[in-house]
Amino acid sequence: MKVLRFILQKEFRQIFRDKTILAMMFVMPTVQLIVMPLAMNFDVKNVNISLVDHDHSTYSQKLISKIASSGYFRIISSDFSFKEALMHIEKEEADLVVEIPSGFERNLVRDGAQKLAVSVDAINGSKASIGGSYLNTVISDFNAGIDINIRNINKTPSGVIDISFRNWFNPMAEYKYYIVPGILVLLLTMIGGFMTALNIVREKEVGTIEQINVTPIKKWEFILGKLIPFWVIGMTVFSIGLVVCFVVYRIVPEGSIALIYLIASVYLIALLGFGLLISTYSDNQVQAMFVAFFFMMIFMLMSGLFTSIDSMPTWARIISNLTPVTHFIKVVRMIVLKGSGFEEVKTELCYILAFAFVLNGWAIWNYRKTN
Amino acid sequence: MEEKAIICKELTKQFGDFYAVNKISFEVSKGEIFGFLGANGAGKTTAMRILCGLSYPSSGTASVAGFDVYRQQESIKKNIGYMSQKFSLYENLTVLENIEFFGGVYGVSRKEIKERSNDLLETLGLQKESRKMVGELPLGWKQKLAFSVAIFHRPKIVFLDEPTGGVDPVTRRQFWDMIYEAAASGITVFVTTHYMDEAEYCNRISVMVDGRVEALDTPANLKHQFSADTIDEVFYQLARGAKRSAD
Amino acid sequence: MKQLFVFIRKEFFHVFRDRRTLLIMFGLPVVQILLFGFALTNEVKNAHIVISDNSGDVQTLQIINKIRASSYFTVEESVLNYKAIEKAFRRGEVKCALIFPAHFSEDLKHGGKTQVQIIADGSDPNTAKTIINYLTAIITDYQQQSSSSGLAYRIIPETRMLYNEEGNGSLNFIPGVMALILMIVCTALTSVSVVKEKELGTMEILLVSPFKPVLVLIAKAVPYLVLSFANFTLIVLLSVFVLDVEIKGSVILLFVESTLFIITCLSLGLLISNATSSQQTALLLSLMGMMLPTMIFTGFMFPLENMPWIFRMISNIVPAHWYFLIIKAVMLKGLGFEYIWKETLILIGMTIALLGIALKNFKIRL
Repeated sequence: MKVLRFILQKEFRQIFRDKTILAMMFVMPTVQLIVMPLAMNFDVKNVNISLVDHDHSTYSQKLISKIASSGYFRIISSDFSFKEALMHIEKEEADLVVEIPSGFERNLVRDGAQKLAVSVDAINGSKASIGGSYLNTVISDFNAGIDINIRNINKTPSGVIDISFRNWFNPMAEYKYYIVPGILVLLLTMIGGFMTALNIVREKEVGTIEQINVTPIKKWEFILGKLIPFWVIGMTVFSIGLVVCFVVYRIVPEGSIALIYLIASVYLIALLGFGLLISTYSDNQVQAMFVAFFFMMIFMLMSGLFTSIDSMPTWARIISNLTPVTHFIKVVRMIVLKGSGFEEVKTELCYILAFAFVLNGWAIWNYRKTN
Repeated sequence: MEEKAIICKELTKQFGDFYAVNKISFEVSKGEIFGFLGANGAGKTTAMRILCGLSYPSSGTASVAGFDVYRQQESIKKNIGYMSQKFSLYENLTVLENIEFFGGVYGVSRKEIKERSNDLLETLGLQKESRKMVGELPLGWKQKLAFSVAIFHRPKIVFLDEPTGGVDPVTRRQFWDMIYEAAASGITVFVTTHYMDEAEYCNRISVMVDGRVEALDTPANLKHQFSADTIDEVFYQLARGAKRSAD
Repeated sequence: MKQLFVFIRKEFFHVFRDRRTLLIMFGLPVVQILLFGFALTNEVKNAHIVISDNSGDVQTLQIINKIRASSYFTVEESVLNYKAIEKAFRRGEVKCALIFPAHFSEDLKHGGKTQVQIIADGSDPNTAKTIINYLTAIITDYQQQSSSSGLAYRIIPETRMLYNEEGNGSLNFIPGVMALILMIVCTALTSVSVVKEKELGTMEILLVSPFKPVLVLIAKAVPYLVLSFANFTLIVLLSVFVLDVEIKGSVILLFVESTLFIITCLSLGLLISNATSSQQTALLLSLMGMMLPTMIFTGFMFPLENMPWIFRMISNIVPAHWYFLIIKAVMLKGLGFEYIWKETLILIGMTIALLGIALKNFKIRL
């Protein structure tokens, strides 16, 4: 125990001596947490439309004004031909082209149905599909509003199913409540993972590890000496993050803060163990960093931070479950947004605990003082 | 019978079919300054790493300070000091902080550390630099400091791996004064070196060629045996036959 | 010139000695492409929903069967009260609840009006929105089919997917992944290679050699240029053969533009290496510092239009953003140089600026 105190003293001194790294550890995540969620917004507000109206009739005008007034779209141009309209898509100015064929009104009234050509820029995935579905909604709304239809409906009263919907925990369905806690976790993960991954390997590269290995320091003392300082820093970063969530985004955890901290502390241990594990396997800092980065990338993509895990194929869900970040993001979202209690998060906690034991155990096992 | 600090029998370290250390046997007495000579790549460092408990031998037996190198490495580590070829204090810690850390991990109490480090700084004349980063010190001072830290916890044996590489002659001289002082206080010194004049300062020396100990005796006896005037010549005669090229 | 080749060869040996880093460098694109291509989707599939049918008549059963038939949902039926729903949400097992009131059919027939209620777990707003949309569509559809008259007059939108007739989802991310990987790998490796020499003190040896400092930098950059180029080729091959992406435009133009972008990244790496003094700082800056901003400001994960204006300004100074536009135009839309000359000029300008600052700093250090 006494030896551990000396190790800790040394580690803390070294960390606090390097002001650049220290600043990076605290400032980078804080700034990113403030900035990133503003940028991460899936809400598609302005879908840009290029219109080609070959009909110039009352109905076509009505349809256009309906589209324009729906609030989803911005009509950026009115062109004479599809070819011209396509130019706007090629230049990335427009996302979709709506082409109203000539004889639109006449055919609609005579045949009761008329086709409308919609061309979407299908490379801009989210925008195209969301814009397309917005347009469908607007058009079916328009259909119901065509005066002849209204008269029909009134004549034959068939029932109307009124669909009401509500979003619990987040009535306005705002994306920030979802993404901010996720980003906080991600940043914490990066800091913890990268810093520890670099740490032991740095001693290896400089050669001081030899000097440590020839002392009677015990393996667990050494690993613990490396873990604790970064654990303290990680918890501090996490706390700063929670404050930022509150100050900038007005996100207050619904559930117990103590529970969040309990799980965060276990999670950090797991994560630092992961960093140390990489550190014990790597020969130099570049290698450690790249290996860490490789896994961080997988963690980030598979953790359900951006995309839903339920929608993944089975093999991917297995990988996702083997990712500690997945469980922590899930727990943080549950507690912060839904106020879930211990009962509801205990399975996830067990996962994280298992990660903590396995990763640290592995790191200690793989760290050899004698080889 | 005189107590032996290090006993080595047929000690071997094999990497694939390469014998880095090939059946070396020797004994080092307590309080002795034992020189370990050899060209680059002869296997000195590997042998020393085994004795320090940093590396497992492939076969043979060895004991250091009475502890077995296979099973009792941690006990060995408690009783030795080590100063490696690469400079191995923390450059981004101050002189005092380095002393405190290494003293601490060997279990020296804080009170003791304080007293001893005061004495140490005084002998080294480093009082003014005590709060300077080690990285800012000139190499010679660093090496002297590293040696002092290696024997700070009063080990039974200290291993020095080319401790005076790149150091000016005056500092080397001072360094050897420190070694003598340590030996006089009962610490066994096991030192590797490239400088043949330094070899003359040792009580006994061994010369390693291609993983084997080819000669072992006092400097005077060796010169006599090889009918040479200097150790340099002895070394040259032995090393000339080496098959391994220097790295 | 001969000296330069000798020097470049030495750098190559350096790079190839570290197999693990090399493995990661090529493993990154492979894994990313596989994950993006086969694991990640913005669509909602197999979302767990609970249906609480308090009516249990023919019509509710018909609607439930329709919902079951869709691939979006995994349906569980049970009678639930709000408390139980909330609990299920808290545990995160269920994403949405659909509640049919008692006397659903009767109300519909006699009163002409009835209600269904959808309660979604809004903590995941995107999924919630999508589920609500799907459910609403299914119910509306059912209603339209069952109502005797239907709508007499209807406009039917016919949607054409431009550039991507088959709806290959990979097209959305391939350009982004390319930009991201090249940006990060090139920048990080280059920056470290110079800082490492600084840290070890070998840089000084190089600088006192009769070598021009510019040549030192060139020699350092060439291996990474070659590697990045190989990396890029790998991504293109994977996209074509694994993800069935069709390269619509000129392959030569694609490679030329990519080489330009790689040089931009190398210049950025050199700049970082000049500004930092330890490998640790350089690595943290180029990997941790760059990953999220690149992902975001390139515009491939989140639409740039939605961002505050300041972010759109920032995205203009992110080289990856311009490269992303170029790749999209050339590779996926099959457009020629006349459409991307502006972007190309901007990238060239950035490269010259970055390289200029890097070289200037480098000389000052002398």
